[in-house]
Amino acid sequence: MIQLSVPLRQALARLVLPALIAASFGLMLIGKADTVLVERLRTQLADVVVPLYAVLSRPIGTVRDAIAEVRGLILLRSENARLREENERLRRWYDRALALEAENRALRRVLNAPADPTPIFTTARVVADVGGAYARSALLALEPNHAVRKGQVAVDAAGVVGRVSEVGNRSARLLLLTDINSRIPVLVERTGTRAILAGTNAPRPRIQYWTGPEQPQPGDRIVTSSEAGAMPAGLPVGIVREGRTGLEVEPFADLDRLDFVRVHDFGLSGILSPDAVVRPVQRQRRTGG
Amino acid sequence: MASPVARPPQPRGLWARLDQLARASAPAALAVLLLLATGLPLGSAAREGGMPLTPLAAVFFWTLYRPGLMPPWVVFGLGVLADLLSAAPLGVNALIFLLLHGGVMTQRRALAKQSFLIVWIGFALFAAALLTLNWGMRTLLSFTIQPVTPGLFECGVTIAAYPLLAWLFVRLERSLEPV
Repeated sequence: MIQLSVPLRQALARLVLPALIAASFGLMLIGKADTVLVERLRTQLADVVVPLYAVLSRPIGTVRDAIAEVRGLILLRSENARLREENERLRRWYDRALALEAENRALRRVLNAPADPTPIFTTARVVADVGGAYARSALLALEPNHAVRKGQVAVDAAGVVGRVSEVGNRSARLLLLTDINSRIPVLVERTGTRAILAGTNAPRPRIQYWTGPEQPQPGDRIVTSSEAGAMPAGLPVGIVREGRTGLEVEPFADLDRLDFVRVHDFGLSGILSPDAVVRPVQRQRRTGG
Repeated sequence: MASPVARPPQPRGLWARLDQLARASAPAALAVLLLLATGLPLGSAAREGGMPLTPLAAVFFWTLYRPGLMPPWVVFGLGVLADLLSAAPLGVNALIFLLLHGGVMTQRRALAKQSFLIVWIGFALFAAALLTLNWGMRTLLSFTIQPVTPGLFECGVTIAAYPLLAWLFVRLERSLEPV
């Protein structure tokens, strides 16, 4: 080891902090200039921490379920009454749906119309929720050699959750539809008006830029639109509500308690985000060189 | 600023060295664990920015009482880790933690002698100033005005969580004392 004199060592120690502060600014520049590199670093870190989270999130899931159980026991009577009423209503809908399905099948046969293809999907566990105060994202644990790609749509049992924004070997990052960077093309089901669903980091994203004169009304159902080929049409998203600053959409998906999501491969490669466009070029370079 | 405390003599044996390494890296390891723990999916409260920024408390505490165990490069590493984990613009957390480290270093002698309440108020002031800067940097780097409420919430929770975290750090610090 090199022996340094005490004053020199002290002078060097004093320089470390300013040098590291300068390095942070340097990192900010790199983060702005080379998003591909930063993304690779991030996915590599996610690959390392996701197995850890996968182990840790299990006991936490158990505790959460236990809390929900206790709450369910307390509200048993009112919950029961509500469910009985809802069951009755749904039974009527079920009969209706069966009749419509039969009719639909008959009509399809008559018209020789092809059935909608069943999309391929991967089911993934949400293991961590790492956004902090300024982002709404979640980490998914995946098996190695999975089929999840950037831009694919994630849905839970009730509706759209968000889109895959980064993919690693064993992990993927999901950009939730409530994130401030999330923009999803949607359709107001009642009027067929197209609009954009813009996240604000609040629990309810805002609905913006609708086409046509008819404004979405509170209570309207919102589904995805296939505009720009980024999303398949008709996935349930949420219901329009009157918010404090304008029209908002209450998502069907239970974004507060995400456990498992299905990541669908609809075979679409529409407009994603500007940095997503870089990917194919990079792959070409790798195979070429 | 270099630590005014004289360094203990270097131990010779392998086990003694390992022991010392473990003691020296314990604060950083605990800080990393706490940072990872804030990512666990705990439900709706966590979604509203309701998770404390635990490295802020860790950097503050160790810089104040045992600066030798929280050198600037560890602070920088914690910041980069926090940035990468939370998909934040790279460098923002690193800068904030380093500024906290530098700021506490200048106030160390005055602050370390004070009662817990005064130290807590000091932490609150530092946290409020730095989280405001955090909001500003993010707004600047993303060219969009970031919402204010989650940031305020995060600031409040971080300050409120300090006594609990400090208790944890004090326990660790006592166990680190050479026997």
